[in-house]
Amino acid sequence: MTGAATTADPSAEDVAIRLDHLTKTYPGASRPAVDGLDLTIPRGELVALVGPSGCGKTTTLKMINRLIEPTGGTVWVGGVDIRTQPTHELRRGIGYVIQQAGLFPHRTVGDNIATVPKLLGWDRGRTKARVEELADLLRLDRGLLGRYPAALSGGQQQRVGVARALAADPPVLLMDEPYSAVDPIVRSQLQEELLTLQREVHKTIVFVTHDIDEAIKLANRIAILNVGGILEQVDSPAEMLRAPRNDFVADFLGDDRGIKRLSLMTVGDASLSKGPVVDESASADDARATMAELGYDWVAVCDGADRLRGWVGAAELDGTASIGELTPKPFLSVVTADTTLKAALDGIVTSRTRVAMAVDDDGRYLGMLTVDDLAEGVTA
Amino acid sequence: MSHLGGALAAEPFIRWDWVRDHTDDIRSNFWEHVQLTVLAVGIGFVIALAMALVAVRWRALYGPLAAFCAALYSVPSVALFALLLPFVGLGTQNALIALVTYTLLILLRNIVAGLDGVPPEVREAADGMGYERWRRVVRVDLPLATPAIVAGLRIATVTTIGLVTVTALVGEGGFGRFINEGLSRQFPTEIVLGSVLSVALAIACDVLFVLAERLLVPWARATVPMEVGRPGRMTFGRWSRRGSTVNA
Repeated sequence: MTGAATTADPSAEDVAIRLDHLTKTYPGASRPAVDGLDLTIPRGELVALVGPSGCGKTTTLKMINRLIEPTGGTVWVGGVDIRTQPTHELRRGIGYVIQQAGLFPHRTVGDNIATVPKLLGWDRGRTKARVEELADLLRLDRGLLGRYPAALSGGQQQRVGVARALAADPPVLLMDEPYSAVDPIVRSQLQEELLTLQREVHKTIVFVTHDIDEAIKLANRIAILNVGGILEQVDSPAEMLRAPRNDFVADFLGDDRGIKRLSLMTVGDASLSKGPVVDESASADDARATMAELGYDWVAVCDGADRLRGWVGAAELDGTASIGELTPKPFLSVVTADTTLKAALDGIVTSRTRVAMAVDDDGRYLGMLTVDDLAEGVTA
Repeated sequence: MSHLGGALAAEPFIRWDWVRDHTDDIRSNFWEHVQLTVLAVGIGFVIALAMALVAVRWRALYGPLAAFCAALYSVPSVALFALLLPFVGLGTQNALIALVTYTLLILLRNIVAGLDGVPPEVREAADGMGYERWRRVVRVDLPLATPAIVAGLRIATVTTIGLVTVTALVGEGGFGRFINEGLSRQFPTEIVLGSVLSVALAIACDVLFVLAERLLVPWARATVPMEVGRPGRMTFGRWSRRGSTVNA
């Protein structure tokens, strides 16, 4: 269903941004960079604009804060046509984060974060309190506030960029490939932090990226654009991976769509099998019977409180009367309800037993995941 | 000419007793030299800054403006004094107009280069934050152009200090008065004194500019941890004190 994102009532309270037949044709260009784009962005959602270079995603983003003037159509922010308000006032109400962070090199980190509050004329005490609050929120050491941006690492600079964008608490945040210039490890960290932050601040975020994995990881909704600003599909990541509307979208999502879907689902979403499990007080005959019934050559062992202790192989049972005499070997892949299915799959293919054992937070056994269980989840 | 050469040869290079007897002249000529230099560079800076802001806003005007300044720059100074005579006569006005003229090309080029050197992503961030255009120029573009602007002021000042001596021809001159008098009286002490003091003033100003740049552009050396480099100045809280002046 792509309709949910494009046909919502523009006057509705839960709509933060609405692009209405938005068009940009650059002077001298034969084709529009963005052509009649309709898109509705619900309040509090992170929407990723994704597409190949030349698809107009950055142009679209910059038309929302009028860094680029549309040649046709209308942008509504919070129910207001953005042309009805002076450009600088519009921009002070919209957070803006760019690729190289774009910090002011001649101002300290604290001054950088205080940029918009100062433009808005906040008093000194309020500004200082807000800057410190943001430093804490973005896990920036307060000692950094007195330093100049050149003394910061790329990741820290990008955090300061986000803090600066959030300073005046704008309802809307525009992020233009914010993490593409930092190394993969830091990028992944910053992405996690953004997810945590978003759970706290609930901003409406428009996030431009060319990295589909980033979009899948971060977005509530992905809008895939084709060259010339043609909107191909808008959907939640899971829905888009499940049912790409056409070949372009499917190609853009990549040939590992199934695996990517697994990364969006958790063990809690999957249906677990019971698995060959016995209590540690069980007799060897009981264990053999369980193995035979389910067709395994090993059996999992739980203690009296249902906690998973490990597994024993069929061969070890020879000459023993009870499971209690044996020392179970630990499972290599033990997962919990919030483990992603992608991580569970990794555990399955690297373990001797070819399963992932699910336990709750107290280590009590919940059930077992096999490759078949995962495949069922993906094709469902 | 041989007569002059002979007279100079007979005279010692410098007569210290003469120098001691003329400390008042040295002082007044020093102040005149400094005043002419500061006024010329100051006025030149204001004009060049205005031209640079126009040139950056309307790019097509940069070529004509730079060409105009270059043409002025190429006029020999002695000829320029003469050309100005019918309009302003001899004296301070004539000297100043000529001196200002020679600062324009250097200052215009450096200010424009400085403004062009502002990283585009910084400019875009400033626009995206909601700076009005003029405010961005004052609060972001010009501060970031400061190193290039100071470099231009440095060259313009040193050049002007040298040129001030030539304005002795129109009745001004600072230390140039010594040189002019020394030549007409065939008295080497004054020529040497005027030259040496002029050069010393130029060197002193050059050093002052280096120090001024360090003070004006602390952020350029920010890769050194602040606690090590400048204790006290870079402590947290400095930004908030500055913030209060903006809001006031």
